[in-house]
Amino acid sequence: MVEKVSPEAHAAYERIHASDDFARLKRAYTGFVVPMTVAFLVWYLLYVLCSNYASGFMNTYLFGNINVALAFGLLQFVTTFGIAYWYSKHSAQKMDPLSDALRDDFEQEVGR
Amino acid sequence: MSTLTLVQAADDTHGHQGLTMSLFILVVLVTVAITFWASRNTKTAADYYAGGRSFSGVQNGFAIGGDYMSAASFLGISGAIALSGYDGFLYSIGFLVAWLVALLLVAELLRNSGRFTMADQLAYRMKQRPVRTAAATSTIIVSIFYLLAQMVGAGALVALLLGVDGDSAKNITIAGVGVLMIFYVVMGGMKGTTWVQIVKAILLMGGTILITILVLAKFNFNLSDLLGTAADNSGHGKEFLEPGLKYGATTTTKIDFISLGLALVLGTAGLPHILVRFYTVPTAKQARQSVLWAIGLIGAFYLMTLVLGFGAAALVTGAEKDQIAASGGNLASPLLAQAVGGGADSTSGAVLLALISAVAFATILAVVAGLTLTSASSVAHDLYANVWKKGEVTGAEEVKVARIAAFVIGAVAIALAIPGQKLNVAFLVALAFAVAASANLPALLYNLFWKRFNTRGAVWSIYGGLISAVGLVFFSPTVSGSETALFTNADFSWFPLSNPGIISIPLGFLLGYIGTITSRETDSEARFAELEVRSLTGAGAEK
Repeated sequence: MVEKVSPEAHAAYERIHASDDFARLKRAYTGFVVPMTVAFLVWYLLYVLCSNYASGFMNTYLFGNINVALAFGLLQFVTTFGIAYWYSKHSAQKMDPLSDALRDDFEQEVGR
Repeated sequence: MSTLTLVQAADDTHGHQGLTMSLFILVVLVTVAITFWASRNTKTAADYYAGGRSFSGVQNGFAIGGDYMSAASFLGISGAIALSGYDGFLYSIGFLVAWLVALLLVAELLRNSGRFTMADQLAYRMKQRPVRTAAATSTIIVSIFYLLAQMVGAGALVALLLGVDGDSAKNITIAGVGVLMIFYVVMGGMKGTTWVQIVKAILLMGGTILITILVLAKFNFNLSDLLGTAADNSGHGKEFLEPGLKYGATTTTKIDFISLGLALVLGTAGLPHILVRFYTVPTAKQARQSVLWAIGLIGAFYLMTLVLGFGAAALVTGAEKDQIAASGGNLASPLLAQAVGGGADSTSGAVLLALISAVAFATILAVVAGLTLTSASSVAHDLYANVWKKGEVTGAEEVKVARIAAFVIGAVAIALAIPGQKLNVAFLVALAFAVAASANLPALLYNLFWKRFNTRGAVWSIYGGLISAVGLVFFSPTVSGSETALFTNADFSWFPLSNPGIISIPLGFLLGYIGTITSRETDSEARFAELEVRSLTGAGAEK
């Protein structure tokens, strides 16, 4: 049940959409998530493809019974944690101040 | 037969079953108490569907973990590693990396722009009825596949753990799990379900940490020694530690592996029961916090399943080892717990086995409750309130319909699971992920990021992804024409892969694109600016 918004709210949305701050927010968001999504998907697919087609490389033993395949798999965990942490820092510093301010504007303008 | 006599009967015949049964009953009592408590605080539609949006990021992070780490991952992945070695590890990696899609692209935007269901988000700028019908259909189908997986698994597992054989015991278990999940969802709504999931996540993490430490201690915390012993005892030697044991045989199995990998990484962010969890927190920032917590928990958990899987291969021997193989790997974790506790004849072994079995039982209950709630919400909020009644209903009426729907869906799930016990659990879960990735994710992403996207695009991508994923599996060797197929005495298979994702996911995206550019609808474009501002800033978001 998506309510049709009031004319005031519609005007506020349009005004915010056209504002410089919103353009900056959008850049801060897409500038981070788009390259990052491409990167982690490529990195993951590389792992899947290596498991299939690069057995010589994956079956190299680094030390003891630890081979490249295991290390590569564990690195996927490391990069996932790393990207998640990086995004939390990025969004708190570059996105939240802008989105908080824009939301406050909207709420004052529309009165809710 | 009363529960007490059941306990005594079990106690007389087997060592650990009495204890296991008592712990199962304890899990049931605690979750029922939580549900009663939650039902007293559930009044409005937002309470019922979204737990009043009052959970914190940490609480919701645990609940997401409780919703996501199903019996299929707890028992299935450790079992897959115990049997196929390294190849089982792909599931863990795919299931974890997938959370980055949810974190970066979906969680916060969905929280800001949706209300109670996945369809809310799409319906924001599309024609309500066709889009909601499509999204509800896909929500219900994904949830039913996933639900069947959990219930079939529950039947097999509980029967084995309690040492009761025969179909009637499995049927009673499935019906019992079904009745409990109906109770949680009808009475407790999202609040009850969420607390059941939080408790389960804590139990699951606690149990897994305990067994992991006990396993590693046997090897003086030397991972290399653990792997070496696992390889020696597996009967496969070093190959057990290398990719390819399960999927490396032919070109077809290799493509199947890629197809599975795609569905795993792209399916999570399209699973309806995960998506609705983002509505249970007050703000987008809390939604982000919950995914960060979930990534931490789920990542730690999957790292430990690696130890459990290789640990089972290394430490479980003799008759129990055959039992793991006979159960398709599902009993690897419980039997490992017994082995590290001192073996089948020791008290500590029996205690640990009972403990891990109870954790697995709690896991199943929490996941089925989440799935039932999600599909019931979609029936009530999308199909009844918005498609049928065109939005002219009160919240109280909606919640009443949701409760009835939960009852009906639960009954349907029981009715399907009892004759469906031959279904392979891993197959059902993989299919649910493939449908989620092919039908739901394209529509969600297009809607959030592509201005031109419109009703026809949404409907085509959802139905196209759904029909192609389910259809390809129907014509795959998993359903007919192979020794392990569902129908062994018929062969209508022509699609060689058991995982449809590599075809159906691109098809879902492609159909969404073609549907969009062949339609002249402009309303959806006109509301894109609004959706964009709302999803990125939270201006006007549901509170």
